[in-house]
Amino acid sequence: MTIEQDAVSTIPPKSKRLVYRQSGWTRVTHWIWAISIFFMVTSGLSIFNARPDLYIGQQSGFGFDNAILDINAEQEDNGRIVGVTTLFGHRFDTTGVLGASGDPANPDIRAFPAWATVPSFYDLATGRVVHFFFAWILVATMLVWWVASLFNGHLRRDIVPKTKDLANLPQDVADHARLRFHHTGSYNVLQKLAYAGVLVIVLPVIILTGLTMSPGVDASFPWLLDVFGGRQTARTIHFTCMVLIVLFFIVHILMVLAAGPFNELRSIITGWYRTDDKIEDGEARNG
Amino acid sequence: MAEFKIDRRRFLTAAGIGAAMLPLSGCDAFDSVLGDDAAVRNVLAKANDVTYRVQRALFGDEALAPEYSDSEIRQPMRPNGSTDPQTPEYLKLKQSDFADYRLEVGGLVENKLSLSLAELRNMPSRTQVTRHDCVEGWSCIAKWSGVQLSRVLDQARVKPSARYVLFHCYDSMGDTFTGPQLYYETLDLVAARNPQTILAYGMNGSNLPVSNGAPLRVRVEQQLGYKMAKYIKSVELVSGFEKFAGGKGGYWEDTVGYDWYAGA
Repeated sequence: MTIEQDAVSTIPPKSKRLVYRQSGWTRVTHWIWAISIFFMVTSGLSIFNARPDLYIGQQSGFGFDNAILDINAEQEDNGRIVGVTTLFGHRFDTTGVLGASGDPANPDIRAFPAWATVPSFYDLATGRVVHFFFAWILVATMLVWWVASLFNGHLRRDIVPKTKDLANLPQDVADHARLRFHHTGSYNVLQKLAYAGVLVIVLPVIILTGLTMSPGVDASFPWLLDVFGGRQTARTIHFTCMVLIVLFFIVHILMVLAAGPFNELRSIITGWYRTDDKIEDGEARNG
Repeated sequence: MAEFKIDRRRFLTAAGIGAAMLPLSGCDAFDSVLGDDAAVRNVLAKANDVTYRVQRALFGDEALAPEYSDSEIRQPMRPNGSTDPQTPEYLKLKQSDFADYRLEVGGLVENKLSLSLAELRNMPSRTQVTRHDCVEGWSCIAKWSGVQLSRVLDQARVKPSARYVLFHCYDSMGDTFTGPQLYYETLDLVAARNPQTILAYGMNGSNLPVSNGAPLRVRVEQQLGYKMAKYIKSVELVSGFEKFAGGKGGYWEDTVGYDWYAGA
């Protein structure tokens, strides 16, 4: 893989507005993340289904109540099975998706539905096997990305928003709201905030809270339990980060589709991105 | 400067395509390669060997799980797995309140042992308030009292060829052609010799209740609950477990495919 490429000298003469925006490191790690996060989320939901409650504290309340989320099925007086999700004490009927799903005449009693979990059938052991395999892939990719992005400047230049970027925030929000996208060689401020939020905050926190749930890790790094407020709180934070990642994914896909899926996909596969700027205005990106 | 604009209709179409893609993530596509002993599953399961090696390499063998104060015991210990064994052998022992119980220690040892509960209680004891983490995801804090397994192993003088401790239990997990399938589990000697690894006979200040594994269960505080065999009948030192039962070193490992190393 060519990591450094001289953008200007390698631009094909006929398409002068193409800039080399995404380095090999960014592109390869992007697609490894896409695959591993898909399997992490779906196998994670499989694991969650084994104990479809989230608690606050070190332990799970059986003799007391410290649950903030509970997804279950109940049978009504008329025999109908309903899915009930209780969040912070508020009950919601989530029949069809959460608690009870599948064939309405004979619903599956499970927290997350078959279409959202790997494997689709209830199998905690296999869910864990898939989860931990991709956990290693995710962590290894994260390390590679951090090292590469610190060295090639991707993190400082493209990800972490600068004061100048933040000053643009109101304008950028207004542009996004009107679905008016500017295609330049660099990310806009909302992109920067979203990517920084996921890469610098959410992914590291989801990895650390995952480790906090490990009894083997806790024996050597008990401070993790103090940082995250106990093993069950760590599990709740882990789940919340997953929800944030899924929300990010949905917005990410919608933005790619709205901003021009061909150009966006080309840049994350080949690195080349068509900008609105003339080449002398646009700052070509290296590495 | 050419500005790219997108109209509402195009956006809604795109959004519609995006939304339609979500259910396509329908995950049954992967079921066929993830069945028991499917090749792909076996490759993915190698990640557990990596976890085991990394934790053994990075973490001290004597690392202790966090211990809590008595005030954090806020509820009875939640029993799970077997909670009321019905094998005739166990019922007979229970009838006399385990007065006739003997823990047999054998296999690759110089000195086979047969210890009564009184003898175990007369050995130096260790009491610890620890958090039990179930593979399902829940946790529960309780106080456990017992004798360190390392003391029992030292008394039995483990042979150098021994690498694992195999627990044979009284509780039946179901009937097979050859009789009841009794619970079994294995630990490596690092886990077995950890100072917190105890053969517990007491819980929350009383005798260990039947639902939690009376008369004797093992506590392995750096691993998940299914490693902590209850209703222990005997301890066997072995050089490997490939030839025992399903070969994966534990009842749940053999039957549903839980990872053998449960330090996660």
